[in-house]
Amino acid sequence: MTLREQNRKLFARLALVALAMFGFGYALVPLYYRVCEALGINTLGEVAAAPRNSQVDLARTVTIEFDANAHGLAFRFRPLVNHIDVHPGELATVEYEVRNDQPVAVTAQAVPSYGPAFAGEYFKKIECFCFTQQTLGPGESRRMPVVFVVDPKLPKDVTSIAISYTFFEVAGRGGKS
Amino acid sequence: MSAVVDTHGHEHDHGHEHHDHHGGYSGIMRWITTTNHKDIGTLYLWFAGIMFFAGGMMALVIRAELFEPGMQLVNPDFFNQMTTMHGLIMIFGAIMPAFVGFANWQIPMMIGAPDMAFARLNNWSFWLLPFAATLLMLSFFMPGGAPGTGWTLYAPLTVQQGIGMDFTIFAVHILGMSSILGSINIITTILNMRAPGMTLMKMPMFCWTWLITAYLLVAVMPVLAGAVTMTLTDRHFGTTFFNAAGGGDPVLYQHIFWFFGHPEVYVIALPAFGVISQVIPAFSRKPLFGYASMVYATAAIAILSFIVWAHHMYTVGMPVTGQLFFMYATTLIAVPTGVKVFNWVSTMWRGSLSFETPMLFAIGFLFLFTLGGFTGLVLSLVPIDIQLQDTYYVVAHFHYVMVAGAMFSAFAGIYFWLPKWTGRMYNETLGQWHFWLTLIFFNMIFFVQHFLGMAGMPRRVPDYPLMFETWNKISSIGAFGFALSQLLFLYNLFTTLKRGATAPQKVWEGADSLDWTHLPTPVPYHTWETPPVLK
Repeated sequence: MTLREQNRKLFARLALVALAMFGFGYALVPLYYRVCEALGINTLGEVAAAPRNSQVDLARTVTIEFDANAHGLAFRFRPLVNHIDVHPGELATVEYEVRNDQPVAVTAQAVPSYGPAFAGEYFKKIECFCFTQQTLGPGESRRMPVVFVVDPKLPKDVTSIAISYTFFEVAGRGGKS
Repeated sequence: MSAVVDTHGHEHDHGHEHHDHHGGYSGIMRWITTTNHKDIGTLYLWFAGIMFFAGGMMALVIRAELFEPGMQLVNPDFFNQMTTMHGLIMIFGAIMPAFVGFANWQIPMMIGAPDMAFARLNNWSFWLLPFAATLLMLSFFMPGGAPGTGWTLYAPLTVQQGIGMDFTIFAVHILGMSSILGSINIITTILNMRAPGMTLMKMPMFCWTWLITAYLLVAVMPVLAGAVTMTLTDRHFGTTFFNAAGGGDPVLYQHIFWFFGHPEVYVIALPAFGVISQVIPAFSRKPLFGYASMVYATAAIAILSFIVWAHHMYTVGMPVTGQLFFMYATTLIAVPTGVKVFNWVSTMWRGSLSFETPMLFAIGFLFLFTLGGFTGLVLSLVPIDIQLQDTYYVVAHFHYVMVAGAMFSAFAGIYFWLPKWTGRMYNETLGQWHFWLTLIFFNMIFFVQHFLGMAGMPRRVPDYPLMFETWNKISSIGAFGFALSQLLFLYNLFTTLKRGATAPQKVWEGADSLDWTHLPTPVPYHTWETPPVLK
């Protein structure tokens, strides 16, 4: 083989390597997604398993802030999260925790209030511990859910709603019962 | 711009000088049609020089804006364009072509080949470059200006830029094509064209480092081409590789880019190591210490460079396993690099040293590159990198390896080989002034940037809080001093070419490769038409 032929042969081989590496660049794309899948990272884009509510207004996000008070009661009462972001129309669940620090059983009723106040009518609670009276024995603690939907009709200028629960003792049904 | 005008003047002179040797053309046509490896090497070097000064002007705009806090000279958008183009031009326009220029001149002479394996292809590899550079520069005049994404061309910014981005993408395509063809040429020349008796393990170290670099380039330039092609199709053809709006992933771009980008670092560094490995033995009057270990260390660096890319992106949200893997792999590179540094030092050990300009630049390289290597080791550690990433500490680090590494080495090469090539001796006093001023101003610019980075100053910002003012002022003054020092080099270069003293037959007594021992000074236009026979 002459030098010229040898050179051409090597050129062809190296050009093939270059071409293959161009393809390799593209092969990195599926490889990347496979590796992410195998390592369980980069899952943000995955579709949630739960059925979707077509009424959800994904274009808007409303921040819901949670607050808790006990009026004249030795209750430790707090939300497990301080705030969450939801899209109007989206079903959301949060939990509150309450503990009766008194040596006697107490029956109490939680009363919600909203800021801004008019937002209350768009704040649809599907389940709430405020729907019923709660009786807590001495030292008893309890986790209680709130399941709610923010009505998509919520005025556009409202970007955050604060919901505050206050426990009041139900008169006459205290620890004596 | 004076560099450009002078260049043409020089080319003209040179053309007449060698007229006898060339068949047919004279003047500019000689340079356009040339297939001579020495001519093409010269073209590469002039091109690199022009780009070096163009990129340097952009650095001066950056440093002028950063002289004081607040916005003074340019708007933030133009500032971003400056940082982007400074990076692209210095890497693809200045450093890489400079070393390809050295390769063209030296490799055939060092291995006893009459020319490169594909002489016409060699011509085309070079002449692609001015067109790529023109495209890149034209992007400034497009609506929206040049890309302001940083030289890494990260998505999703690249998907949003104006038409200047498309110009840049095509420029990168052409630059890549030029590099790949040039590399294939170099590999073929080295593997097939060596003189009888010139075994691979007898080759000068410069040829070895270039052989390995050329393999790196063939392997990774196509990956970069792929990455920018994906960006292009995302922009115009509705694909969504990186465009998050369609489900693409910008982090994917970073992986593909750095798969190219990290070996690219060694594409720049390895030929620089090669030049240093020629210069230090010559001025120590001893053969290179640990030749075989140098070859293996170079190969080890090249192989390791393929499995460390994600250390550029520790903070993108990688699992800890990934961070640990890339951290350990990266720190491993310190081993072969250490082998090289110790071998250079051992070469100097008990040598009869003399300190002419090329040796000064080589020793400057040794100190500053090692320092840049150490800060690289610091940055390779995940917990520290998370703190320091995208700060001026990183800027300081890579300028220590790019400027004090590659550029010092290029200067060492120019001062070392210019007398052999042209038969004219440069002015040694001016050369030494050039070295010391460059060394001092280089450290003035970049050493203080370590402090800025540790204090938390982010890179790529046109404005900064008052507390960073002092070091930024010092850095900016250093930058202008550095630029002025390079004019000294230009002056020395032009006076050498015009009326430099005649260089002796053997310019450096310690230099021992074929070109020094067997070829006259200045080297004739055609060499090794009959290959030398080595025993």
